[in-house]
Amino acid sequence: MHGNRFRHNFLTALLLAPATAWLVVFLVLPFIAIAVFSVGERAPEGGYQAAFTLAQYANLPARATAFWNTMLLAPVGALACLLVAYPVAYYLALRAPQRWRLILLALVVIPFWTSLLMRTYAWMYILGGRGIPALLALVGIEDVRLINTPGAVLLGIVYGYLPLMILPIYVSLERLDRRLLEASADLGATPLSTFLGVTLKLSLPGVMTGFSLVMILLLGEYLIPTLLGGGKVFFIGNALVDLFLQSRNWPFGSAIAITLVAVSVVVLIAANRISTRVSGARRVDLI
Amino acid sequence: MTAVPDIEFRGVTKRYGAVTAVTGIDLSVPPSAFVALLGPSGCGKTTCLRMIGGFEQPSEGQVFIRGQDMAGTPPYRRPVNMVFQQYALFPHLDVEDNVAYGLCQARPRLASREIARRAGEALEMVRLAGYGRRKIHELSGGQQQRVALARALVNKPAVLLLDEPLAALDKKLRTDMQIELQNLQREIGITFVLVTHDQEEALSMSDFVCVMNGGRIVQLGQPSEIYDEPADLFVADFVGKTNLLSGTVAGHSGDLVEVVLADGTVIAARKRTALQKGEAVSVSLRPESLSLGAPESAPFKGIVRNRIFLGSTAEYAIEVQGIGTLLAKADHVIGHGNLFKPGEPVAIGFAKGTPLAFPETKNNGTNQRVTNHVEIIS
Repeated sequence: MHGNRFRHNFLTALLLAPATAWLVVFLVLPFIAIAVFSVGERAPEGGYQAAFTLAQYANLPARATAFWNTMLLAPVGALACLLVAYPVAYYLALRAPQRWRLILLALVVIPFWTSLLMRTYAWMYILGGRGIPALLALVGIEDVRLINTPGAVLLGIVYGYLPLMILPIYVSLERLDRRLLEASADLGATPLSTFLGVTLKLSLPGVMTGFSLVMILLLGEYLIPTLLGGGKVFFIGNALVDLFLQSRNWPFGSAIAITLVAVSVVVLIAANRISTRVSGARRVDLI
Repeated sequence: MTAVPDIEFRGVTKRYGAVTAVTGIDLSVPPSAFVALLGPSGCGKTTCLRMIGGFEQPSEGQVFIRGQDMAGTPPYRRPVNMVFQQYALFPHLDVEDNVAYGLCQARPRLASREIARRAGEALEMVRLAGYGRRKIHELSGGQQQRVALARALVNKPAVLLLDEPLAALDKKLRTDMQIELQNLQREIGITFVLVTHDQEEALSMSDFVCVMNGGRIVQLGQPSEIYDEPADLFVADFVGKTNLLSGTVAGHSGDLVEVVLADGTVIAARKRTALQKGEAVSVSLRPESLSLGAPESAPFKGIVRNRIFLGSTAEYAIEVQGIGTLLAKADHVIGHGNLFKPGEPVAIGFAKGTPLAFPETKNNGTNQRVTNHVEIIS
């Protein structure tokens, strides 16, 4: 008996070892390093110098604008994504003919196979002076400015993150027991009340998963705002690139990164709480 | 002038693409009846139920509920409610909110006190008072079943539809629920339409049984009629246990036909349709109509192969040379010592006119030539 259990445990440990090693080397150790850096000082020639001070955290207000912009961009972007993604996921899961479903789902995912950078560059040209505005000029609508506007940034974000929002919502809608919808109709609920009272509530775990996934990624996003927004508005992502690569103020960059992680964790927990309460599900699946 | 039927099907046909699920259904269910739609899977019984509920629209014909043509009426505007297979309770709502769901849909809105009162009454009716705040997944199968019942009855429907409501319950609970459903139906006095593939369930609970096969109604009648006077070979075989013996019509004697069986034995049988001399027939003999250890004149002699003792009765599988295995059922009287043992030779007789002869039809699907359901019931 004991021998067996030992062998079983050993096997489990063996199977988990690569993943554990990976996480320790590439996630836990860097995270500890960042945490240590964040209470250190900038060396005179840039980089990190050992110290114990909360000065970096006290200095956070210096980047308040970047924080504020990010805190605005992330939820607004995630919300825009959600509003576009939900009808698509709903159609795919509940309305699309069975034999088309996989093909349509593949079409959602395929853009992912090309780098986001390339696709965002493509949008730069589409929205830029020689793109849509040039076409509009042909039909007499002159001086339309699309690129370097907040609208362009939002468009890029929705386009880039849409699959991440569609997939979890699709999964939770696909898993929805169709008989619950029939039961609701049978009990006198109109299609709208059925949607609000059953479909939406039971798909909330997927909505929350997609929302937090996109929102967390948007907290670190800087590429799309830089390319489509003209780089005039700064986000935490820009601040991090600047602090780590240009001004080489590693401790301050670390303090910002830690704060960002803390905010992400709070967002995740809140999303989990909300969807658990409303849908009655006991857990939230990440996809 | 008869009362308006609660449910009426007029020439209803339902097709799914090239597949026809039900064909030419004409059915009229009187008020306050307990009707069972009985048949094997794929016979169209669930399709019929779903057409009453409004989840399917007939391809041809009309469905009436209390005299109203339901064409184009969506489920949420029909005065019927359904107990779904596996209940389809809302997992995100607790017991009381599940039951109150239908009340919350009423327009104009009901006062919340009124909703709570009626939901409470419905829960009391299914003996679940005090369970209102439980989560659905905290309930046993039987309790979930009763929540589904309360949820469907709370809106006071004209007709309650039940789709295999007892299929997910264990045998003991199923028997209890059968009685409970029967009592409930009498108490509230509305029409119940039950869909089941379990003939025992259909016979034991309902006032009328509608046997379906291949998308058609094969027979409609009271349970005892269905059992004693099956309309055809399919019904005889599907409802209850029976022995089916193949033979040929040798002649007529009065109302009865004389059938020559495979081993040359001639027996007299009743018939449901005209039979020609020389026509191939199947003769149905109910296990309980066979008497064992009968005098020398008994038509069959066989050897007991298996004995299934059931307490009040005993079932025997008896091998008869040239015929096959016959299933017989005999009452057991305590202390009488009337049990036969496996290996024991036994004579088998039956009262004149108890066998029923049916023409052999080619498309009887589920029938074998000689069917013996030797089923061990614990």
